[in-house]
Amino acid sequence: MAFQTIPNVKISGIAACVPKNIEKNVDSSLFLNPEDANKFIKSTGIVEKRVVTDDQTSSDLCYYAAEKLISDLNWVKEDIDCLIFITQTPDYIVPATSCVLQSRLGLSKECHSFDVTLGCSAWVYGLSIIGSLVSSGNFKKGLLLVGETTTKTKSKQDKSTYPLFGDAGSATAIEYSVGSVGFKVHSGTDGSKFEAINIPDGGFRNQTKLDSLEMTKFEEGVIRNKLQYVMDGAAVFTFTITTVPKSIALLMEKSNIENENIDFLLLHQANKMIVDKVSRKLKFEENRVPTSYEKFGNTSCSSIPLTMVYKIQSNLKTQKLNLIACGFGSGLSWATAYFETENIICPNLIEI
Amino acid sequence: METKFIDLFKEVLEIEDRDINLSDEFRQYDEWDSLVYLSVIAMLDDEYDIVIETDEFKKLITVGELMEEVKKRSSK
Repeated sequence: MAFQTIPNVKISGIAACVPKNIEKNVDSSLFLNPEDANKFIKSTGIVEKRVVTDDQTSSDLCYYAAEKLISDLNWVKEDIDCLIFITQTPDYIVPATSCVLQSRLGLSKECHSFDVTLGCSAWVYGLSIIGSLVSSGNFKKGLLLVGETTTKTKSKQDKSTYPLFGDAGSATAIEYSVGSVGFKVHSGTDGSKFEAINIPDGGFRNQTKLDSLEMTKFEEGVIRNKLQYVMDGAAVFTFTITTVPKSIALLMEKSNIENENIDFLLLHQANKMIVDKVSRKLKFEENRVPTSYEKFGNTSCSSIPLTMVYKIQSNLKTQKLNLIACGFGSGLSWATAYFETENIICPNLIEI
Repeated sequence: METKFIDLFKEVLEIEDRDINLSDEFRQYDEWDSLVYLSVIAMLDDEYDIVIETDEFKKLITVGELMEEVKKRSSK
């Protein structure tokens, strides 16, 4: 069983950044008519989302989130010992984007920096990775940068993906803190379903060829090429409603956490159907399950920190909170974490 | 079982103006699309506490076949 207890670390601050540009689903030409669009919006809850310009990347979104967070925390950049960047949309194939960010943020050359590739489970996985690095006290301060420009991977002619996703980046500050509860984590993987969320070409299994760019029509409103994202929505939904509640329940049972002691359940913002279903199964009322999908869509790995900044910023800044976060998606991969926060630094949502 | 299943299935598909039959191929309904499919998955989980994997679901063609599968799984 993949349970971890990572003591002596805490989250000191969280910031999120989104592009200014808004796209409303009601205006999307992917839908036949406004009625069709409204049906989609009613089921998924996704009214609008943010979309980067061609020259904006995930690392740009994370850079602005990190700069603001470091400044509000009054951290000295020299003191940041490690930086982890998690995305599925890096700046380059080579090198790791974390190296580019280390220099751009002006961090020390003694900063331990690397990238991780994960989708919607990334933020929670990231907590466990950076938590483990900092927990020993070898590193005292770390930055977890998680962001994705999901819209760049989607075909604008694919109604099974494009209207669901939006772009966002985040920065989470982690600190060594003797005596802190730290993170309790349960995680899992089912790679047998890796094709349920996939970009088939462009890696080194299926290298980019001329026919990778060929647009193929799969059904009405579903046209894409092999360098674009494909999602088997029903398979992902089936996986989610069985696996996710189980992972959260397992962690709560293993760690003796009572439902009523949890202030907020922070779920990956896949869409309304999934968030409602998982919260109902676990008996969390709506007011304890903050959401951001209405205004930002599914922002992949950034959705949990974005939801925290967007919906519970004042709680985070002024209260002591017991929180559970669960991320789930491509891989298929999932992770649940229990952690506590107290009066953390949480700047207003940044727009660029 | 049959009446309850038919009523629930019609409700999810938002079919109000006509009766449906066990021999109907549900993917042929005008109302059927990928979002409705997700609602059917959610309904089966809510009402019968079962989840039919997509590979298995693909093999079910008629309303009757789906109902039989639900019956078989929920009696376990």
